[in-house]
Order: sequence, then C-alpha cells, then structure tokens
Amino acid sequence: MIITVASGKGGTGKTTVATNLALSIEGSQYINCDVEEPNGNLFLYAEIETRRGAGIPMPVIDEERCTLCGDCAEACEFNALAVSRERVLLFSDLCHGCGVCSYVCPESGAVTERLRRLGEIEMGRAQGTSGRANDRADGSEIAYTGAHRDVGALLVTPLIKEVKKTADSERTVILDAPPGTSCPVVETLRGSDYCLLVTEPTPFGLNDLQLAVGVVRELGIPFGVILNQSDSGDAQVMDYSRQERIPVLLEIPFSRELAVAYSKGVAICEQDAGYRARFQRLFRDIQAEVAR
Amino acid sequence: MKEIVIISGKGGTGKTTLCAAFASLARDPVIADCDVDAADLHLLLPPRVLQEADFIGGRTPVIDSELCSECGECRAWCRFDAIDLDYDAGYLIDPLACEHCGLCAHVCPEEAISMQSSVNGRWFVSETAHGKLVHARLAPGEDNSGKLVTLVRREARRLAEEAGAAWILDDGPPGVGCPVTAAITGADMALIVTESTLSGIHDMQRIEALCRHFEVPAMVCINKYDINLENTRTIRDYCLGNDVPIIGEIPFSPAVRHSLVAGKSPVDIDCGAVSGIVKRMWLQIEGTDGP
Repeated sequence: MIITVASGKGGTGKTTVATNLALSIEGSQYINCDVEEPNGNLFLYAEIETRRGAGIPMPVIDEERCTLCGDCAEACEFNALAVSRERVLLFSDLCHGCGVCSYVCPESGAVTERLRRLGEIEMGRAQGTSGRANDRADGSEIAYTGAHRDVGALLVTPLIKEVKKTADSERTVILDAPPGTSCPVVETLRGSDYCLLVTEPTPFGLNDLQLAVGVVRELGIPFGVILNQSDSGDAQVMDYSRQERIPVLLEIPFSRELAVAYSKGVAICEQDAGYRARFQRLFRDIQAEVAR
Repeated sequence: MKEIVIISGKGGTGKTTLCAAFASLARDPVIADCDVDAADLHLLLPPRVLQEADFIGGRTPVIDSELCSECGECRAWCRFDAIDLDYDAGYLIDPLACEHCGLCAHVCPEEAISMQSSVNGRWFVSETAHGKLVHARLAPGEDNSGKLVTLVRREARRLAEEAGAAWILDDGPPGVGCPVTAAITGADMALIVTESTLSGIHDMQRIEALCRHFEVPAMVCINKYDINLENTRTIRDYCLGNDVPIIGEIPFSPAVRHSLVAGKSPVDIDCGAVSGIVKRMWLQIEGTDGP
C-alpha cells in the first residue's frame, strides 16, 4: 500500500506525520518526495547504504554533423535550444528531456542524448533518534529513501519519478510530498492508494486544504485529514470536513514539549509513546478506509 | 522604489503573516502574492478585484479523434506515459502526466495532434485596504509556476511605477525551486523568515545560498526563536559568519494565531510584544538602502 502525506500549505506537519507513521508501524518504507526541502532524515537518522545520481537525458549536438538548420530549436516547446551562427546552444535548465530535438533532426547522428544529473537518491535503514527504530519484535526494518536536488538544477519532477521507483511493494510505503498543488505534488500522488492531507485550524489551513482536496479528488484517490495544532485556531476546518464528508483521522494538539522535541529532531512518537499507539491506530483506520 | 521579497525555504514559518503586517505599515505599497500555488495573502488583505485575466502558460497537445487512425505511435514515443488508450474513446492525453513537449504532434503520421495554447491559471489586480495587490491562481497540477510568478511581479512593478510607490512587497513561495528563483531574481532585497528548528535552519541555509547565487542581499528574521534557544544561537552564528543581518527575533505567541483566525496581521490587532517587534523590523527595512 502506498500512502502519500500531502498538504496545500507548507509547514503544517507533513514530515512530522510521514516520519511518525513510518516509525510507528511495522514493515514501512519512508520515501522523501520533497526533493527541494528534504527534511525527513532530520527525524529518521537513516544509515545510508547506497547513493546514486539521477537525471534525465539531454541532447548532445555533434557539431561536425549539425547543419544549423534550426529544426530542433523550432520544435523545442521549452526554448531550451537556440541556434547561433556557429553552433546550437543548449540551456540545460530549461530542458525536460522529452526527445523532440533528436526526433526532428534531419541529420543522422547530429543529436544524441546523454544523461544529465539532477540530483541524488540515497537508500538505507532508518534508525530513529533512539537508534532503536529497527529493534522490533518482528525484526522488521524501516526502509528509507531520500532524494535531493543538486544546487542549480531546476527540474524536480523527474527526480520524484525516480525516487518513487524505489518503492518496495512488500512494504507499506509512505511518500512525504512537497507542499502545494502543482506538478510535483501530482507526480507524487499518482498511483497512491490513500492520501493524508495535513492542515491546521486557521484560515490559511482551510484555504490550502480546499485547494489540495480539489487535486486529490481529481486524481480519484481516497483521502482523510489530519489536523495539526488542533486546539489553536477556529472550527472552520472541522466544519468544512464534516460538510464534505471527509474523515478527520487524527488531531494533534499543540504542545510546547512536542514543539521543542521537533526543534531538536526528535519524532513525537519517540518523545511520547502514546503517539506511537495513535499513529498505529491511524494506520488501521487508513486500512479500513482503503478496504471500503 | 524598492522591492523586497519574503521567503523561507521551509513552509509555514510566517512569510504571509509578515507580508500582511508590512503592507499595513508601509505607505501605499504595491503587494504581490508570488505563492501562486497556494496563495493566502488575500485572506489577510481582503481584495476587491479590479481586473483579471487568464494565464496562458504554454501549449498543450490536442488529438483530433476524426483524424486519429489509432496507430499508437504517439503512445509509443511519449516519454512521460501521458497517452492512455481507452477502448471506447481511443487515444487520450492525460493532462496531469503531459509535459507539453509536443513530441506526439511530431510523430503522428496522420497529423491528428496539434499544439494549442492552454490556460494554466488566472491572475488578478485587486484593491485592498493597504494598496494594490497582484495575485494569481495556478490551475491544479500545472507546472508553469515560475512563469506565472514572473507575470505577477512584472504587473506589480508596472503598477508601482505608475503610482510612484516606494515599496513592492512580494510574498514568496516556499521551497528553493523554479518559482522561488522567479520570485527573487532582480529583487532589491530578500527577507528570510526562519524558525528555531532543525528544518528551519536547514532550509534557511539553502535559501540563503540561493540568494547569494542570484546576488540578492538577504536578511533574516527568526520566528518562534524561544522554542529552541540552542538552534537560535546556531542561526545567529551562521548569519554572523555569512554577513547576513538578523533584523528581528519573534517569540512564540498564541496571540499571533488568534490574529490570523480573525483575519488580521499582528500589527493590526494587539499581539503583545510581537506587534512591537514586527513594527521595529519594518522601520529597519525602510531605513536601509538594502542590507
């Protein structure tokens, strides 16, 4: 089963929910899909076993064969190619690796492709703050996949695609999504069995929740809401969820103790064992929702 | 005229709250909500829309089912798995998977696929209690957010020049990606709002490096600085070592959340010490020729 933890608004607690869920249930795999701001490992302390680069194919122009006809630049929808008097220039930040240029080039072999790195994917085993996250009665481990974009690379969607390929179908996969409702979020959500939308009881939280609900509904993925800092704010998110018949699966009240633990990189289920049980119950509720 | 962009890397640190407060403190600013993906500023600055228009982000392929011979070439060539075969409707483009590259239009032997301009969102110029607001809404699942941010900023600049405004206030998007790059390039200064958590520190360092890369002078505000004083010291040391001034440290205060629920910024309603700190921050920003 694949569960995506998302939110319209940033900073509502996606990573908190995703890491705690991964730490609380058996046989889980945490995959970070927020490749711009990967913060999951600040709580999971994974021991990294493998690292590899990831990227997309980009054109390489053979100047011997290129006749500067300009067909490639004209076909490129992203304006990633320009023809000067001497050569074809590639603006690699704009290239999406679609392959139009090599397809339309009339000269055989003038446009070939080479993989260009956009970032790195790392895999390992999560330890948790206590270093005992994998010390379980059933011997199961928490698998961890992280990803980060290289400084200067602008595209994130291909990295999200790549990092999702590490999902292990034997495990309960938890995807930590980027904030918002645009392309990278949709790329994360595609193929998920369930989506948790984390929000807070403020006008911002409600507005951005409504945007996120629009996306998840369009994708046809069942979803529920988690209300963070649930005791500080107003009742609008609860009223909205009730009206829309969206289940509110977990409420996390504000606690200074947990805020301080968070600030130090301690997961709340490790600070307060009651939360481990609550996240386990959350998982059972998700299983029941998916089965319906 | 000066343009300040408020950013954070990590979401939820207080960008929009501060931007609304500065809008209240600045004299007749032009305000730009550059978080086109999850715009929230209008909740604190209720807008009266004066003008609105479609945002044409790019072109998108359209299959003419009359001309389509169902050969499957488009589906075979598409690198983004964006063409589905439906046994009733034939070949269909999945708008959420499509990257709009146009390869399908090139490979189709029947010329049944054409690239057509597509509406990816909508943008608005509005009147608010504190000045004109340019804001936008990117359609869900779209990827041209950088272009829309650029459009919002260009429109804000045009309005500011027209009115002779002293300030453009940009509420930036979260992250360090394409929309953030579009929000900071060419701004006179950036205010990075961070918080005293490990995620806050991590993301502050990334966004500060991005500002340096684009030569946008940055300053920092530490929100909820008293949640973890050790982390606050780490932020201070980092800023000192990188010549980044800290212009404000805001304590955790439930009053701020109450002001947001009331739809007010923390300078429009009494938030105790926080109101004064935010006012002093704005005086510092106004007094600088850039940090």
